[in-house]
Amino acid sequence: MTLVIEGKALTQDYHVSAGMFAASKTVRAVRGVDFAVERGKTLAIVGESGSGKSTLARIIALIDAPSGGVLKVDGQTVDIGRKRLTSDMRSKVQMVFQNPYGSLNPRQKVGDVLMEPLLINTPMPADERRDRAEAMLAKVGLIPEHFNRYPHMFSGGQRQRIAIARALMLNPALLVLDEPVSALDLSVQAQVLNLLADLQDEFNLTYVFISHDLSVVRYIADDVLVLSDGVAVEQGPREALFAKPQHAYTQQLFAATPVTSVAAIKARVERRQLARAALSP
Amino acid sequence: MALLTIKNLTVRFATSTGAFTAVDGVDISVSPREVLAIVGESGSGKSVAMLAVMGLLPDTATVTADELIYDGHNLLTMSEAELRKLIGREITMIFQEPVASLNPSFTVGFQIEEVLRFNLGMNRKTAFARAVELFNAVGISEPETKLKAYPHQMSGGQCQRVMIAIAIASNPRLLIADEPTTALDVTIQRQILDLLMDLQEKHGMALILITHDMGVVAETADRVVVQYKGRKMEEADVLTLFENPQNSYTRALLSALPENATGDRLPTVADFMAAEAKP
Repeated sequence: MTLVIEGKALTQDYHVSAGMFAASKTVRAVRGVDFAVERGKTLAIVGESGSGKSTLARIIALIDAPSGGVLKVDGQTVDIGRKRLTSDMRSKVQMVFQNPYGSLNPRQKVGDVLMEPLLINTPMPADERRDRAEAMLAKVGLIPEHFNRYPHMFSGGQRQRIAIARALMLNPALLVLDEPVSALDLSVQAQVLNLLADLQDEFNLTYVFISHDLSVVRYIADDVLVLSDGVAVEQGPREALFAKPQHAYTQQLFAATPVTSVAAIKARVERRQLARAALSP
Repeated sequence: MALLTIKNLTVRFATSTGAFTAVDGVDISVSPREVLAIVGESGSGKSVAMLAVMGLLPDTATVTADELIYDGHNLLTMSEAELRKLIGREITMIFQEPVASLNPSFTVGFQIEEVLRFNLGMNRKTAFARAVELFNAVGISEPETKLKAYPHQMSGGQCQRVMIAIAIASNPRLLIADEPTTALDVTIQRQILDLLMDLQEKHGMALILITHDMGVVAETADRVVVQYKGRKMEEADVLTLFENPQNSYTRALLSALPENATGDRLPTVADFMAAEAKP
């Protein structure tokens, strides 16, 4: 068993200026979160807006330095606040963002989008970069003709495939996926989730999957961490958590999630008919 | 007797590459006190059809229909002045982005009182009293204080409540909600859906709910229309649709729901349609 990523007592403070003369306020967005993910597994981080899940994602993806706590990647302690991130470490951890419309540069051709990580982080020659980019296009279900096109020529689902391809160019061990399917239609969401599952099997990838959608989490996750107000209120294996949520906040989340089972619809329709019959004289 | 009847509605947009048909011969009707869900993915024309009814489409759109009848009035032949008496009073609409739907430069109180004063002819005092009453009805606490707030000082859920308050200000008989909870968290979504269903029941409104979310459909609708690429694929009551879907696109949509996953991979709509096409 190897832990690809491990966090201990991670915290993140944001200092908010309260005006010219007032002292600035401190907002603690993440308050002492512990977690660990084994190679080839998926940890889902669930929470509502303001719960600190994106803040935590940025720490895990080595974009922001945490205010406190220890982060270990492949057993090595990483502190980007003290020491510049090495390109070796950058290659290990990559991120896919929520909005595929905003995360791709509209002036950059898809081929350049895919080759840029190699250009910055490796001494690879140009023709090899090109070969690797074309191979990756095929891996994510696009075709070589797409190489010279611009992002606006693609649908939302295709753009998310490009963003995933870019994240995979450096052969990372860990992908941080921040709500990767919440901007997509249901049928496209299914395709992208399948692609992520295929890639995970093929490259033995580890995922940290940020989501607010419990039905997606139930489908993709091995372990689940529920975040509320920056605190990990509950975490554990998926089956246990879905079978018997312990914390009140988790139960509230489950209760709010719409149910599409026929039995539930039948019960609702019957309730409504009764209420209507009671109303009409 | 249907409240709104739409027959053979077609909407075309003039684009630089020729005409694009967004809605292609769709029939929809909704009865008084009924909750109708129109479900489809992006590009299915579900919003465009309702925007056509409201007359909110840009000039590049050509709307044709055999019938567009609201409560005995033919909307196709009505004058602008007559339409204005119906649209925004008897038929109102709320949108997906509550924060973007409100004007950031004015307080929410100004914006709801504006509707009450200029659309319903109330004076300043009665408009304020009615605004407080409406904020109470949509579950905004401390209405007197909240009326003085600007949209950016409120959360997304609160802004959607303000939008709903504005929409029900005139006691409409038909409320069209275009993806009202898509931008909201699931616990807030639950609250807004409960509020809409409660108001619909209390005021005896008809509600047309445009959504892409099968979960929202399952929790709210009496009847469902499924749209795909501008065409109506299926129409059924909600139980029949989930229990025994007839159309292959509807079946594909339902099987793409992650909660219905059997096995390792999700069936996608494309796979499903291909499999159904084969004998």
